[in-house]
Amino acid sequence: MLKKIRPGWGLLPIAVFLAVWELVARFNLVPGQLSFPPFSVVVLEFYHLTASGVLGDNFLASLIRVLIGFCAGSIAGIAVGTVMGWVENANKTLHPIISLFYPIPALGWLPLLMLWVGINEALPIAIIFISSFFPVLYNTVTGIRNVDKDYIQVARTLGASDARILTTVVMPLALPNIFTGLRLNAGMAWRVIIAAEMVAIPTGIGALMMRASSLIRIDIIIVCLIVLAVMCLAFERFFQYLETRMTAKWG
Amino acid sequence: MVLLGPNGAGKTTIANIIAGLTDYRGSVLFDGVAVDKLPANRREVGYLFQDLLLFPHLDVAANIAYGLNAKKQSPQQIETRVKQLLQMMKIEHLASRYPKNLSGGEKQRVALARALAPSPKVLLLDEPLSSLDVPTAKYLRTELKQLQQRLGITTAYVTHDLQEAEEMADRIAVLQSGCLEQVDRPERVFFYPRNEKVSDFIGAPNILDCDYCRSLGKGVMEVGCGGLPIIVPHDGESVHRIAFLPTDIHISETHPPGPEVNRFKAHVTSIKPTDETVKIGLKAGEVNLLAGMPHHIFEDMSLETGKEVFLILKLRRIRVYEDKENRRSDSN
Repeated sequence: MLKKIRPGWGLLPIAVFLAVWELVARFNLVPGQLSFPPFSVVVLEFYHLTASGVLGDNFLASLIRVLIGFCAGSIAGIAVGTVMGWVENANKTLHPIISLFYPIPALGWLPLLMLWVGINEALPIAIIFISSFFPVLYNTVTGIRNVDKDYIQVARTLGASDARILTTVVMPLALPNIFTGLRLNAGMAWRVIIAAEMVAIPTGIGALMMRASSLIRIDIIIVCLIVLAVMCLAFERFFQYLETRMTAKWG
Repeated sequence: MVLLGPNGAGKTTIANIIAGLTDYRGSVLFDGVAVDKLPANRREVGYLFQDLLLFPHLDVAANIAYGLNAKKQSPQQIETRVKQLLQMMKIEHLASRYPKNLSGGEKQRVALARALAPSPKVLLLDEPLSSLDVPTAKYLRTELKQLQQRLGITTAYVTHDLQEAEEMADRIAVLQSGCLEQVDRPERVFFYPRNEKVSDFIGAPNILDCDYCRSLGKGVMEVGCGGLPIIVPHDGESVHRIAFLPTDIHISETHPPGPEVNRFKAHVTSIKPTDETVKIGLKAGEVNLLAGMPHHIFEDMSLETGKEVFLILKLRRIRVYEDKENRRSDSN
């Protein structure tokens, strides 16, 4: 295991980075005619946006979409993945179809969904659902199929029924794989929602960024990017934490 | 019952068939009742797998309780039974550990406790000691045997190790390429191998009938085999047969120094190199013997057919068979 670096030291490079940024912007060291706000201005803008509620409203809109879409997509992915991993015939039937859909990038569905779903609240949720469903499904199938068949046989000789084996042996042993899927896609959901909002939806962080762009408000764009980075990171860390908690004792 | 045979003989397959884990034709009977229709989870077989396969996500107590939970016993019943097994296996202190924090021997005990927990009708042990270091394996072997006798549970023990088989078995079933070659008491497998395959597997020992035997006191006995007076370690009544492995015969070209015990003149009758040893046919008195010696020793000597040599039998390695019954093997 990695030795834990003292938390203070981890922040040092960030502090240095921010200081350099501040200096570069203050003394106009950026070449050309680009407008580049210093960090302090961005912080100030963050305060204004929060105080006025603009940032909060748009952030909440994005957050709710991500949560609904991601939870629904993950639950569906785990459910279908479990069936595919456990029932050989289901896997044989669905695998070819899934293999075709899996490589399509989530945003590739956008034009189609814009016509089918329409420009409304359901659109970003549908996109997030799709972007979560396939990778989680894939990881779940892999996790369940990778469980050593011998464990299943042991459980069987100990008198366990198939349903019991699935819930008490196979699912727990597949957890690390399932969590890998969840963790990677928790961050991915944020990347996808921003893109969707930028193109098609008038609310949310992505939309806010587009509006800021048309008004040449670079400070607002940077505020949004920072919020985005923090959320991606927070979601991934959360699932990493859950995974460690659930498997640390035996993993 | 011990299932004995080389790798790939079908030992594990038989265990899997008994447990109902493999498809098969034919019939498996438990106490005369066919269980073929029963799936593996209803056969009540305790199966200790070669790789143990403790559930890594469950602690020791939960591993042992797994079969009891599957039987839907009440929590109190389960707790009592788990405690009892932990005590029986002397692993009470490990109850809340996870398998990754157990030593090989400890894992072994947990796996056995888990297999025994639901009180199975039949216990299958598939090379249970093969993954352990030798001292631990020896210790556990003794314990396993005692435990098995105490519980009185029908047990099939799979191994490729002859010595282990002899130690554990009431009866040995020798398997070779999927065929059951002999089912017998351990000493009869050794002294009356039914055919060449069995004999080869147990090391192709030289087996000699004894014409007479005479106790010399102090645990040694002189037996006469085809004109050779052979001293054997034995303290019983009479000796009917003796056996020793080819590698337990020493060959010397010159008259060896030391006391004249179990040393005989012999003629070389054949020389046949094999993968591991050079097999040398010898005739001493009326007796044809087969000796095996490592290649490098053979190359240092100038042995050839017809040459007269001296041979020494390692006294401690000679095995004796007391029973005077005829060439009849137990029916299975």
